[in-house]
Amino acid sequence: MEDVLHYHFDVDGDNFASAGEASVQVKRLFRQMGFPPDLIRRISIAMYEGEINMVIHAHGGDADVYVQPDLIRVVLKDSGPGIKDISLAMQEGYSTAPDNIRSLGFGAGMGLPNMKRYSDDMQIESTVGVGTTITMDFIPA
Amino acid sequence: MIVYKHSVSLDANKCKGCTTCLRRCPTQAIRVRDGKACINPALCIDCGECIRKCPYQAKKASFDDLDSLDRSKYLIALPAPSLFGQFANLDDADYLLQGLLNFGFNEVFEVAKAAEIVTDYTRRYIRASEQNKRPFISNACPVVVRLISLRFPSLRSKLVPLTPPVEVAGRMAKERALKEHPELKEEDIKTVFISPCPAKVSWVKNTPAEKKCYIDYVVSMSDVYFRLLSKMKQDQVPEVESESGVVGISWASSGGEASALMNDHYLAADGIENIIRVLDEIETGHFPDLEFVELNACPGGCVGGVMAVENPYIARVRLQSIRRYMPVMMNYLPDDPDTPIPEVMLGTKPGEYSSAELLHADRAKSFRMMFEIERIAKMLPGMDCGSCGAPTCRAHAEDIVKGESTLDDCVIRMRELLQKQKEQDEEHV
Repeated sequence: MEDVLHYHFDVDGDNFASAGEASVQVKRLFRQMGFPPDLIRRISIAMYEGEINMVIHAHGGDADVYVQPDLIRVVLKDSGPGIKDISLAMQEGYSTAPDNIRSLGFGAGMGLPNMKRYSDDMQIESTVGVGTTITMDFIPA
Repeated sequence: MIVYKHSVSLDANKCKGCTTCLRRCPTQAIRVRDGKACINPALCIDCGECIRKCPYQAKKASFDDLDSLDRSKYLIALPAPSLFGQFANLDDADYLLQGLLNFGFNEVFEVAKAAEIVTDYTRRYIRASEQNKRPFISNACPVVVRLISLRFPSLRSKLVPLTPPVEVAGRMAKERALKEHPELKEEDIKTVFISPCPAKVSWVKNTPAEKKCYIDYVVSMSDVYFRLLSKMKQDQVPEVESESGVVGISWASSGGEASALMNDHYLAADGIENIIRVLDEIETGHFPDLEFVELNACPGGCVGGVMAVENPYIARVRLQSIRRYMPVMMNYLPDDPDTPIPEVMLGTKPGEYSSAELLHADRAKSFRMMFEIERIAKMLPGMDCGSCGAPTCRAHAEDIVKGESTLDDCVIRMRELLQKQKEQDEEHV
């Protein structure tokens, strides 16, 4: 098996302001490795949306980034409530975020659709009451 | 490759090799080698943090010497808006302008006047833009422009493409002088920008060859300050009148440029660490409704420049008292708001993106290097003490892999190895 660089981040569910830290940290690594700016931007947006989701819905979780020269995989895993109806959750504008979160400007129902839009492939595995794992793949041009 | 010319340098005699600048440099451009700080020109953004933080005043900014101005030329002073906040008891900008004439300048052209024109063009630019291209980021602070071009490649297209006020002021000042004094030739007129920061010096030095630069000298505000004080007389009725209003002079402090756009969808941040955070957040799509972003590398905005004399927060309040008697704005664009922006108002586009942080041009090689960095980083203590000459243990690991440093440079690790060796020796006895 080819070597894979692995970076792990804990997404703190108690600290709303820290959500997005992981996506900022990986940007520098990607610039150092010479990934194209557009790819870096796509990853940081998709990862940020994912981190925010984990903080809003699942009280945080784990973000793992696996890097190979021709593939970047981001795995976001939480032990939250799970997603009842994935196809509904994928619809733009659909959100189950509580009002206090919406009042902060989040919960516009664009998280999952944006993650799908900005990644080259996205898989969602979710079991109600157990948790959700989202795997996003990014392929450098 | 174009070599970027800097305006921050080191006085090696004064440098003690301490780690203060090392830690404070926002782009990790400094290393201590052989007991002296070295600045990596590829990473330096001329923010002046190291000048501000050096306890031994070993970091210098290169400005033109006031005494080196060629007095045989027709000299036009271009005072930055922040200059007006430096003086106690100044409640009328005209006294300062008269002081500059008393000092020996033939004419004064306020940068604030040009700032009002840039404000009007910025309004037009935003109005004519498509919603999905926003927010636009001000290009007035040269540190921000360089930071974006080195580190936020995807935001380069968001920089407002207009010529910054100081350059507009230089051009207008020269054009006006030529018109009013037909006996002068273009080369007889020299403009002198009075600047609060070294970044403007770099900006002038790095004007692309194909572009005409209208700034001939950049002098430091602190140099001018002390010599100007004695030339400003309260009992002398000024012969000149300020040609700018609240909008122009407000560019001196953070939020001034943005609030003048008469648009509430803006963000104004200042201080180098804050602006880096804001840029990271914009890149991640944090603020979908923003139209304009004003960023100033110095705390408080230009009044917080390294070469400003007065405390930036005092200066800000002083500007408020000067503004009290000023009209809102004195410079409006005469033509129809829908006319395209003229060529002279369009600034230099940022050059091709090349990552200064790149480990190797070949991605597979960079990837292998990153593996090495991760492996070595785990062997280092993570204390970020700076004794090896790198700002963090992580940066040290990077330096080792790049061949610029060795594992033995880590003092902490060496001490642990010695300790282990000693314990082993004792066991054998």
